Amino acid sequence: MQLITVAGSPSVGKTSVILRACEWLQREGLRVGVAKFDALSTSDDQLYAQKGVPVTVGLAGALCPDHYFVSNVEDCQAWGQRQGFDVLFTESAGLCNRCSPHVAGVFAICVVDALAGVHTPKKIGPMLRLADLVVITKGDIVSQVEREVFAYHVRLANPGARALFCNGITGQGVSDLVAQLRQAPATTALEGHRLRFPMPAAVCPYCVGETAIGVTHQRGNVKKMHFVDQEQGS
Amino acid sequence: MSNIADLPLDVLQDAHPCVGEFFSTLGLDAADSRLALGEWLAQLADEDILDVGMERDQMLAHIQRLINEVADMNQTADGVVRSLTLIGGRDKAGTPETARLVVRAGEVVCIVGPTGSGKSRLLADIECLAQGDTPTGRRILIDGQPPDPERRYALDRKLVAQLSQNMNFVVDLTVREFIAMHARCRLVADPDAVTDQVIACANELTGEKFAPEVSVTQLSGGQTRALMIADVALLSAAPIVLIDEIENAGVDRRRALELLVTGSKIVFISTHDPLLALRGAQRIVIRNGGIADILATSAQERRNLNRLESLDALLLEIRERLRRGLRIEEELQWSL
Repeated sequence: MQLITVAGSPSVGKTSVILRACEWLQREGLRVGVAKFDALSTSDDQLYAQKGVPVTVGLAGALCPDHYFVSNVEDCQAWGQRQGFDVLFTESAGLCNRCSPHVAGVFAICVVDALAGVHTPKKIGPMLRLADLVVITKGDIVSQVEREVFAYHVRLANPGARALFCNGITGQGVSDLVAQLRQAPATTALEGHRLRFPMPAAVCPYCVGETAIGVTHQRGNVKKMHFVDQEQGS
Repeated sequence: MSNIADLPLDVLQDAHPCVGEFFSTLGLDAADSRLALGEWLAQLADEDILDVGMERDQMLAHIQRLINEVADMNQTADGVVRSLTLIGGRDKAGTPETARLVVRAGEVVCIVGPTGSGKSRLLADIECLAQGDTPTGRRILIDGQPPDPERRYALDRKLVAQLSQNMNFVVDLTVREFIAMHARCRLVADPDAVTDQVIACANELTGEKFAPEVSVTQLSGGQTRALMIADVALLSAAPIVLIDEIENAGVDRRRALELLVTGSKIVFISTHDPLLALRGAQRIVIRNGGIADILATSAQERRNLNRLESLDALLLEIRERLRRGLRIEEELQWSL
């Protein structure tokens, strides 16, 4: 089974892109499934079900979605094996740009949205920089100039990686995407695999339910801002 | 290439400005360090590494790839395409298309057909240089050959530029800043001169002139179209241009097409506009998702085009008078 991890900021069009790819792969006679990770709620599972794509859903709730993803991805892989899929997509939302969901040896896609502005590729961390393939959505609603500039910035942010435009509504570009997916290695088991980079750290009192504001409540992994006016003279 | 880990940071950043930009996007201050890159990475705190989101060896590999990529961008010449061949596939009912059309550099082909008939699908097939791998089964050859996969998937030196109907500007920049940003990404020798040229050219295409200092988001539909056509003609690398209708509003369509073809572009326009549809050497008729016919513009059609253009000029003149607050009270006596 080929495992494909798909990550991107909320509302960039991950589900649409995966749906278009699933339709294509199903036409070729492949068995395709999706493990959908979301934060609080999702109705995207219905979209997959409508297309006859088996889907399993995980909601991170109060946890960092990235941490929740990596704690469960192995079980998703096992589910995919039990179902006899040829291809399993995991879909997870990167809620902060420091997300780092990609696993070494597993084909990793980052979806970015051309509407987010030409400088966005510079601002996204491991999720974009360490991906194998960057899929750019919504290219049809920005100008040709912005498309070219956006593509240039993606190339600088992840030099050497493949990148392509894909329209999640019309499916334009999906043939290119599917051609890239064919190169993905098979993943038989995830145990022993490593993340390409550590996920955002999250061990502070607020992680475990602290609600009070003030320095006396802040212990553990707490990081403070620097203020220029206070640095002078110190 | 020598091992970049051994190069002093100041030397490295001098030779490759992209490296300095990379550090600044990571939020690392490497401005005037004389340490070798490898030593400098080694002395970074682990906390900094976690913050930037890349391991030391990943950064080293990234910088090497970045330098190669920028060198590659500088070396690769823009694509020259002498001809494009469109080989038919099948329509929505699965009926085979018999069409085989060869379009040469400097030619304009129009695509006509009812809304929803599949004009956009044909543009999409050309855009992705389909190889029988799209639902229509069509194939596109470049200079008589299937395109090199590297060219097909090259992202920022795509062979095909597409000016879509429903585009917006997302950035809030002045026209000059906007075109200059594109020129810098295209690594042209003199970005300022090219920027001025694009803006001047756009102003020649539109009846409503605009200043370089105006924000792109304030441009009218016609001004936007004119700017994008001038940009794609003079600044874009793509030798093939797809246009999804040029609105009537204030763009000199004839000059726009002349501008594109003098740059030896291959131009496809999906249109319902008689002035455009008859200006192409050929037009593709789309019906039920398939290529129903390919018509060469006849001599009589060309004569009719001349008459339609003089009619259009009269309409434009009336429009201009209305804009100036004048009355249109004389008896209009237009004869074809």
